[in-house]
Amino acid sequence: MSTHPLSRRRVLVSVAAASISALSVPVRAQSQWDVLRELFFENRPVADGTGVIELEAPARAHDAALVEVAVRALLPQTPERYVRAVHLLIDRNPAPRAAVFRFSPRTGSASIATRIRVNEYTPVRAVAELDDGTLFTVERFVKASGGCSAPASKDKEVAYARIGKMKLVQPEKLTFGAPNELRLLISHPQYSGMQIDQLTRNWIPADHLETIRITWNDEPVLEIEADISLSEDPMIAFHLVPEGPGTLRVEASDIKGRRFVQTWQLGAGA
Amino acid sequence: MRSAGVRRREVLLGSVALAAPRPSAAEPLPLVAIAPGLFVHAGVHEDFAPSNRGGIANLAVLLGEEAVAVVDAGGSPAQARDLLAAIRARTDRPIRHLILTHHHPDHVMGAGVFRAVGARIWGHARLEAALRDRFAVYRAAMERLLGPAIAGAEAVPIEETVAIGKPRRIDLGGRPLELVAWPTAHTDCDLTVFDLGTDTLLAGDLLFSRRMPVIDGSLPGWLAVMDELARIPAARVVPGHGPVSAPWPEALGPQRRYLEELAAAVRRAIRAGRSLPALLADPPPAGDWLLSEDNHPRNITAAYKELEWE
Repeated sequence: MSTHPLSRRRVLVSVAAASISALSVPVRAQSQWDVLRELFFENRPVADGTGVIELEAPARAHDAALVEVAVRALLPQTPERYVRAVHLLIDRNPAPRAAVFRFSPRTGSASIATRIRVNEYTPVRAVAELDDGTLFTVERFVKASGGCSAPASKDKEVAYARIGKMKLVQPEKLTFGAPNELRLLISHPQYSGMQIDQLTRNWIPADHLETIRITWNDEPVLEIEADISLSEDPMIAFHLVPEGPGTLRVEASDIKGRRFVQTWQLGAGA
Repeated sequence: MRSAGVRRREVLLGSVALAAPRPSAAEPLPLVAIAPGLFVHAGVHEDFAPSNRGGIANLAVLLGEEAVAVVDAGGSPAQARDLLAAIRARTDRPIRHLILTHHHPDHVMGAGVFRAVGARIWGHARLEAALRDRFAVYRAAMERLLGPAIAGAEAVPIEETVAIGKPRRIDLGGRPLELVAWPTAHTDCDLTVFDLGTDTLLAGDLLFSRRMPVIDGSLPGWLAVMDELARIPAARVVPGHGPVSAPWPEALGPQRRYLEELAAAVRRAIRAGRSLPALLADPPPAGDWLLSEDNHPRNITAAYKELEWE
């Protein structure tokens, strides 16, 4: 439909090719992370992120198709210094970059949480990109397997009947002038392209969210580039610093060109 | 309705017991007679392992005057061959029917063994789709977990299907069975068998006893199906996992309590804004169920994912 998704597919293929070549050299000169660093960060230096961000992930996941991870930003978002983006990578997944979260200094906190698929034992890593372009990473090793090819949990009709439905979980009372954690659920089958159709026995083509834009009173809060390594029915926990009541708007689009929009009036009763 | 048939079968059983077992390379699986002409093999309360060959589920054999039905095929062809040997040690009557209670590997991986001796395969109307969707994934996992025992496992076509709300009957000769397909509960293709002559309910994995229940369908759905199940006028039940026979409907009690308490705890957590990892870090009690270490967190995850959309 558009060329953009195709070029992204090509990135996937080249990741696979690169990782195969990396693995097939007799002495493993290059780690998977070296390959990803070259691919996604043009070999820019990436420093140890201890003290900048923290990553919470289970050492062993009980459901490889639904592993909730949280990235905690240890720096406050200020116009002088802020986290511009958090890249969430699953080193050994077929599509290693699960999502990129882009923040503004007005986001309040660059701490996020989401749910990912884990295809094999792998480091999961967060890379924080500061406003000056410097990069910091932390990682956690997660034991889980089969998350990308695991059968979709619902039948396709049911999955598509609910596609794009959203739910926002908010604190009972919004606190003005401080970060509030909101949890957004977007129903989407997130077909990975690695699952088999129940009836036709063909591969189900990939069909997943591509961008999620969240604004507060028309100001950007968070913009997310998403991929197949986000679990079915993606969940995004993020922060908002409202100065008063307002309108939260979420616009999501998937690689098939569908657009889903929902707005919520928040803080009116506060 | 039940007495005449039962007495007949008791007589039959006596004569069967006199027949000499046929020689076979397979080692006959131990079977326990829980009612006349109704034998159950007890699954072990373990994870899949080469030593148990996937034999973790209860399997049942029903003898009629003309034919035999098998309920669930075991976790591997190796186990199924031993079940077949155990049946052949008791009767020469043809094994006409293999009834699969749902798609999980411990119940279906031996199906090809019974198909090869002429059994027609019965299942929920949604079973074939569920198997197509998962069989390759399950088989690969079983190869890793069980080793050689899984050799030869194949997906079987479901030749006779039972739709929700439309029970079907099989008659083995003086032994009518009623097959009922249920809405999504333990899985999306649960089937039960009621042996009308002995008032025995073969519940498949709609009932776990001692071994922790596993939610792979719908938690509220399962609780609703349990209400319906409780109305079945059975004298006893064969759980999919647990003792070979248990009193009905009392046997439902512990599973109902576990699932109700799990649903309540997860709903409370969601209402209080607790995240899934926070709940997993401080989970509701698992009770004294066996094999809860992995299954309890999995159940919490499944419940959370389903109930957060309520």
